[in-house]
Amino acid sequence: MNGEAVLEIRHLSKSFGKNEVLKDINFSVHTGDVTCIIGASGSGKSTLLRCINLLETPTSGEILHRGENILTRTEVSVAPYRAKVGMVFQNFNLFNNMTVLDNCMVGMLKVLKKERKAARETALYYLGKVGMAPYINAKPRQLSGGQKQRVAIARALAMEPEVLLFDEPTSALDPQMVGEVLTVMRALAKEGLTMLVVTHEMAFARDVSSHVVYMADGVICEEGPPQELFGNPKMQSTKDFLARFREQ
Amino acid sequence: MSLPSGFLERILFIIQRYGMSILRGAGSTLLIAVVSTAIGCVIGLLVGTVQTIPVDQKKWSVKRVLITAIKGILYAYVEVFRGTPMMVQAMFIYYGLLYAGLDISIWLAAIIIVSINTGAYMAETTRGGILSIDPGQAEGAKAIGMTHWQTMRSVILPQAMRNIMPQIGNNLIINIKDTCVLSVIGVVELFFASKSVAGTYYTYFETFAITMVVYLILTVTFSRILRAVERKMDGPDSYDLASTDTLAHTSGLYNYPGRGYTDEDAEGGDRK
Repeated sequence: MNGEAVLEIRHLSKSFGKNEVLKDINFSVHTGDVTCIIGASGSGKSTLLRCINLLETPTSGEILHRGENILTRTEVSVAPYRAKVGMVFQNFNLFNNMTVLDNCMVGMLKVLKKERKAARETALYYLGKVGMAPYINAKPRQLSGGQKQRVAIARALAMEPEVLLFDEPTSALDPQMVGEVLTVMRALAKEGLTMLVVTHEMAFARDVSSHVVYMADGVICEEGPPQELFGNPKMQSTKDFLARFREQ
Repeated sequence: MSLPSGFLERILFIIQRYGMSILRGAGSTLLIAVVSTAIGCVIGLLVGTVQTIPVDQKKWSVKRVLITAIKGILYAYVEVFRGTPMMVQAMFIYYGLLYAGLDISIWLAAIIIVSINTGAYMAETTRGGILSIDPGQAEGAKAIGMTHWQTMRSVILPQAMRNIMPQIGNNLIINIKDTCVLSVIGVVELFFASKSVAGTYYTYFETFAITMVVYLILTVTFSRILRAVERKMDGPDSYDLASTDTLAHTSGLYNYPGRGYTDEDAEGGDRK
């Protein structure tokens, strides 16, 4: 735990019809934390992340952003909260009708109401950070998966969010492109960006994160520093899950 | 002047004597079709966009009731004008307005009729166009804090518009052809003009041979123009690398690809 709590999740539950996907989730994200959420497919990791960004509406519970419960907000004031909590998607979700540069600028222009010149400079700065500055004139369809994901990261960073959520950022990539995206994420972690990462990249979770959360069947089974969770897992289900990865 | 006997001679004769009135008819057809398609697209875009406003079914609010009511009215509009022939609508609206004491010009009536008819079709086309866009696009926009309208305006509608361009072209061509039904309320467009010319000398076959060609020239020309517009919307296939940009590589993250991390990711770390 580093600084003050940016996000606190309290008793969060989410059901799709009768299917209870998240059951009483509690955890918090502090400034400078790199929290990795690991677990089998279908354990509710992505749903949790989507609830935090309000792409899904939680069934019950509280999400506190700097102490304020965002679930009581009306639809209109959700947008400014989302601008502070960035999200990187598994399928990139770059705007297909815009160039790389416009993808990174549109949020600053429309949401943050920045001046065009300042927005362009910020966009170029973050595109440079992810090594995509030469591609500002390209459209998403002209880029490889890894390049798209790096642009998506730059787009999220350009909003200068307080915390950046990553929803399996490398799962849709070819193996040789996974590395370029993880390199960018490692560099961001080193710079102190607050990150919440849902991932299947165990090496990344082990080496980069400051806190690891293991989820199974919609509940948090075990959480702790990576050395502890990977080195000496306490729960049997955590041991079984990690053992499956070692066998590979 | 007497009518020549050969087919080609007759055609030349008609073109010489009545070419201008056929052309004027074609001009009217084109004017009504293009203006009405444009207005119809705007109507359709608005109606289709309103139809896709999400409403929270759980929470009761004035906004929800209002949106549901508007959606109901628009749904009725689409069903009525898609479900009745334009020829009947022309009679109904033109004489209905006369009956109500509104003596509008025949041109205005023509444009109103074709516009609302096109609008009804374009509403459904727009709705389909919006639904065809990957939901991830809207999620991406929401995730950076854009509101529903900002998302629609900047992200969804531009892409939906591109996808429905072939359908807009279809509608324009249908309108060029179907304005001929407006002859029932006395609009002198291409069909009406041709019929008058043909009636003068009983040269129906020859005159309508010319009319066929004129319609075909109009429709083919406009389908070409719309294809060109589509290509323009797609933009170039290639892009320029802006490698001389002074702000590029400021972080130095990629000066030594492959360094800075050691585990199994290393093989995949090179930038292409």
